[in-house]
Amino acid sequence: MIAVSPQRIAALALRYLYLLRSSWIRIVELAYWPTVQMILWGFITQYLASHSTVIHQAGGLLLSAVLLWDVLFRSQLGLSVVFFEEMHARNLGQLFISPLQPIEMVLALMLVSLARTLIGVGVAVLLAIPFYRFNLFQLGLPLAGFFLNLVLMGWAIGLLVAALVLRFGMGAESIAWAAIFAIAPLCGIYYPIATLPDWLQPLSWLLPASHVFEGMRSVLLAQTFRLDDLLYALVLNAGYLALGISVFLAAIDKARERGSLLQSGE
Amino acid sequence: MTEAAIIQVEDLRKHYGAVRAVDGISFAVARGSTCALLGGNGAGKTTTIAMLLGLLLPTAGRIQILGEEIPRHRHRVLPRMNFSSPYMDLPQRLTVNENLTVYARLYGVRRIRERLAALGQELDIEAFFKRPYGSLSAGQKTRVALAKALLNEPEILLLDEPTASLDPDTADRMRSILTAYRDRSGATLLLASHNMSEVERLCDQVIMLRAGHIVAAGAPRELIHRYGRKDMEEVFLDIARGIRDGEVLA
Repeated sequence: MIAVSPQRIAALALRYLYLLRSSWIRIVELAYWPTVQMILWGFITQYLASHSTVIHQAGGLLLSAVLLWDVLFRSQLGLSVVFFEEMHARNLGQLFISPLQPIEMVLALMLVSLARTLIGVGVAVLLAIPFYRFNLFQLGLPLAGFFLNLVLMGWAIGLLVAALVLRFGMGAESIAWAAIFAIAPLCGIYYPIATLPDWLQPLSWLLPASHVFEGMRSVLLAQTFRLDDLLYALVLNAGYLALGISVFLAAIDKARERGSLLQSGE
Repeated sequence: MTEAAIIQVEDLRKHYGAVRAVDGISFAVARGSTCALLGGNGAGKTTTIAMLLGLLLPTAGRIQILGEEIPRHRHRVLPRMNFSSPYMDLPQRLTVNENLTVYARLYGVRRIRERLAALGQELDIEAFFKRPYGSLSAGQKTRVALAKALLNEPEILLLDEPTASLDPDTADRMRSILTAYRDRSGATLLLASHNMSEVERLCDQVIMLRAGHIVAAGAPRELIHRYGRKDMEEVFLDIARGIRDGEVLA
């Protein structure tokens, strides 16, 4: 067993940084969708505030939800799309004949995903302050727990998606965009989990994001922080992340067996 | 296993269902030597190289490089090896300098700037260090790929058609660079090539593959003599067409 090398992780992260800075469109694109979403939901919030007691009571409910949802979405996309860059560039073969270990690639992808999420969602969070006088940081310390859990869940899904695309080829790339929306209705982003049919609720509670959004509502509506929700989400994330990493590493082994690391591409 | 051998391969096989890409080959490459893997398209050259690099898992057989079992302990050996192929790309949008910097860091190269400057001069690629890799011609890309392969001053350098896409003058220069590198560093070179004059000039050992089997092996002169031909080009044609030592192969 060779030790994990921070130098190699940083080297691969540098490769993605170079890629990002090679085009200003890529940087703008990072913040574009989170900002558009924030603006849209900001107006919806303003409209609903005069018609809904819940929104009137906690004006930041929808904006907090949409921004936190983007943390989950961007962290997943930030990991899987960056991995696809290697497949498009037909660079996987070069990387895997270098001393880079697959687990180091996973850690580099996570690092880059975190940076992309902070840039993308960060811009939207900061713009929400002058646009709607809404400050996500008003959630206080629990925000750090929410952010951590959503990023971890995004990474787990991102790794599973990357593994699928590695196995089935770039034709499966659209899964990266669709996967997370399949679970969105179960996460209770904009409504309490109790809104779901009884038979769906147990399934919803298996998703770390459901605990985060319930926790967020608890902070905003009842001014209480549910530590149990946060810890439960962390336990679930530990399991999902272990699963995501294992499946991704197994997909690389399978690609070695099938010889697809040499040919991977469009 | 031969003690002086730096690469040892025993009964190596790679099967894809009924297709036997490599079917029970054994060979050894001595330290400091230059060995060519020859054969027509689909003979098993690239498959063999990919297994040596740990990029492809063998179906059966044993590979030992620098005394380590491959693929199990490939991460102990990969920092001391490298590979260049015109068929494996580098990221197109990154500049040459950025690509080489990333790989230099991955290989743990010290004094990266000095190393890149030396390689830039040696391979005459300095002029396009700031250009995106994707904007280079095929010949320029081949030289950059070779620069990447020499970054870590490998003890074992694997090359897949090292002078493909190069004009005769540049190809000749590349061969001189490879020879100089081997002589200076004592590195072992294993190359797959379709250029027989290159093989005659560079290699002291040749392994001829056909349909995943080794059909001939030896020094270029020895093979030319054995086949009764005037050069390796004619020997290659004999083997590709299924003639061994004057007899048609099954």
